[in-house]
Amino acid sequence: MFPKWFDNWNRDNPTNIFGPAIAVGVAGSAIFVAAMIVAWGQPFATDQMQTGPRGTGMHVSEFVSSLSEYPDVDGYVTSEPVVPTADSQLAIDVFDVVPPTLGNITVENYERLLEAMRSWTGIPDLLDPGNDSYQTALAYTMIEMTQNINQNWIGHVQANAEVGVTCYTCHRGQPVPNNIWFRVGNVNSNVAGWPAIQNRVTMTSNFTSLPSTYLEHFLLQDENGQYGVAQVHDLDSRVENPPGSPLIQQAEMTYAWMNYFANSLGVNCVFCHNTRAFYDAGQVTPQWATASLGIAMVQETLEQYILPLEYVLPEERLGPVFADVPKLACRTCHQGEQQPLNGLNVIRNWPELAVLDGEPDYSAFE
Amino acid sequence: MAYFEYQNIFTQVQVQGEPEMGMAQTGENILGGERTTKAGFSTLVGWLGNAQLGPIYLGWAGLISLATGTLWLNIVGFNMLAQVDWSIPQFIRQLFWLALEPPGPEYGLSFPPLNDGGWYIISSFFLLVSVMMWWVRTYLLAAQHQMGKHIAWAFLAAIWLFLVLGLFRPILMGSWSEAVPYGIFPHLDWTTAFSIRYGNLYYNPFHALSIVFLYGSVLLFAMHGATILAVSRYGGDRELEQIYDRGTASERAGLFWRWTMGFNATMEGIHRWAWWFAVLTPITGGIGILLTGTVVDNWFIWAIEHNFAPEYLGAYGYEAYGTYGDFGGVPAGGN
Repeated sequence: MFPKWFDNWNRDNPTNIFGPAIAVGVAGSAIFVAAMIVAWGQPFATDQMQTGPRGTGMHVSEFVSSLSEYPDVDGYVTSEPVVPTADSQLAIDVFDVVPPTLGNITVENYERLLEAMRSWTGIPDLLDPGNDSYQTALAYTMIEMTQNINQNWIGHVQANAEVGVTCYTCHRGQPVPNNIWFRVGNVNSNVAGWPAIQNRVTMTSNFTSLPSTYLEHFLLQDENGQYGVAQVHDLDSRVENPPGSPLIQQAEMTYAWMNYFANSLGVNCVFCHNTRAFYDAGQVTPQWATASLGIAMVQETLEQYILPLEYVLPEERLGPVFADVPKLACRTCHQGEQQPLNGLNVIRNWPELAVLDGEPDYSAFE
Repeated sequence: MAYFEYQNIFTQVQVQGEPEMGMAQTGENILGGERTTKAGFSTLVGWLGNAQLGPIYLGWAGLISLATGTLWLNIVGFNMLAQVDWSIPQFIRQLFWLALEPPGPEYGLSFPPLNDGGWYIISSFFLLVSVMMWWVRTYLLAAQHQMGKHIAWAFLAAIWLFLVLGLFRPILMGSWSEAVPYGIFPHLDWTTAFSIRYGNLYYNPFHALSIVFLYGSVLLFAMHGATILAVSRYGGDRELEQIYDRGTASERAGLFWRWTMGFNATMEGIHRWAWWFAVLTPITGGIGILLTGTVVDNWFIWAIEHNFAPEYLGAYGYEAYGTYGDFGGVPAGGN
């Protein structure tokens, strides 16, 4: 295909072109990449939040590009409350049916809250007098639950800033929130005991081979009314191994549970722990205490508000294995962020949801 | 000829022809009589070693080893298959997650039900026989070749760690539940949980020693491999005949290291370095595992007691170093 003189010249002048070609290619590519990084910047830049003393490697890492993303914050509907006056009417005096824990708020604020709740939950006829579905009874419980969390678990939901929770914290505009969980029990067939509850790709196991039952183990009472306790080791360097001493199995169960925490909050172990000594209360961050409160909060919330819904919810809303109630835990609210909705103060405009037993406090708006 | 021709990381010249079948299979060489009778050539294999494949000698030890090893593998595999209700697609999908687990702690050292660790005990017995028979084979073959038993002892070092993990330590702890599950991800979970359960294995000095020898082995292997390949243009791979003369590949290789770091191993000595580093890796590792839970229950606290866990001064919690608003939180104020 080439002219004869070209082929002849090549035959008479054998030259090694591969060596120089590879050298020039490699060097040229390296220079190109280096120039691009200098000119355009690091395309995958990261930022770190230090969480512990220097030298311990304690930090949370994130891509800079994801730090300023607040996917659900814009969808939050809110409005300032109407401060009651001397001649304001109470909702309970005007409407036939109001949720029992919202009876003492004014008509204007009740209607304002109703409109917001319909947007937060994506249920357009929520608490409508004509809506006689299970959703009404459910909403009563959910409103009380929200008020209880805001009033009695302030140590968790306002740990270092006023954040609080509303329906939107979990629901995000959907009737059934994301990241709910059901009991799964045994995940493997034809085996009993320890092998039956682990070593399977499941959503709850976060796609690890760790146990899939940690949520029911730590957040639901067993038949003796006891909760599983997160424990991984003895606090002694010498062997005593008293009965009940944690074993590798307890360590794996705890590991699955901690992995859920990390995934739920978009952090890693060292957000709470100095990983060289997981158990040591002298080497944990304040977030560890906040998270511990959160565990107790979820246990109480499940026991008082969620589990009784088994008799309220229709069959199609119940779990696939045990026909149990859809449950909440860390991820249902946090959805991958350290604070739900990136720490958006959702409770400020809703004094009605901030108290369970007491008058809503409108003093900030007077 | 390209300039990188001498960077011969693969064998440059392959010999293929009439297969070399070994010495006559008669007389005192009775073990040799059990060699297979066929041999072939593979170019692919030749890049990495000798191009000839076969013949192979199995003998009684090899046959027992293969048979029991196959039994172990099948027991593990069929247990995994049973766990996914005999579904082949699920078996393939879940393969890295599935495991044959040891019995729960409630059974101690007793024999548990088959579906709760019983199969694990049975399969472990076969694995034990299989591994030990393969070791017998390395010993007997070395004897047949009138070699030293270095390979057998080195293999035994690895077997020591294997026995500590699956036999000695569970017995000392009084429970088979301390043993390692047979599964890809599950055995990694076990490793992490084991470290955390016993207070952070990084503070176990024998773990540290084992890592020294492991990384040391890697370094020595790379140094030796690279050195010999680098002088193979002078015939450096023909080790013994290189020792006698000046200017040989061997002398260049030695001088390279002497003039680089003042010390050089010899053609013989480098293999002692490699053997000891490799052998000490599982020996020290096995000691460390054996002490864990039997003698020391929490390596971190042990390290504090022995004054080598440092104390870090400084605040815990991000509030001391920044704000959530600077790291993904919405700007203060909000709604």
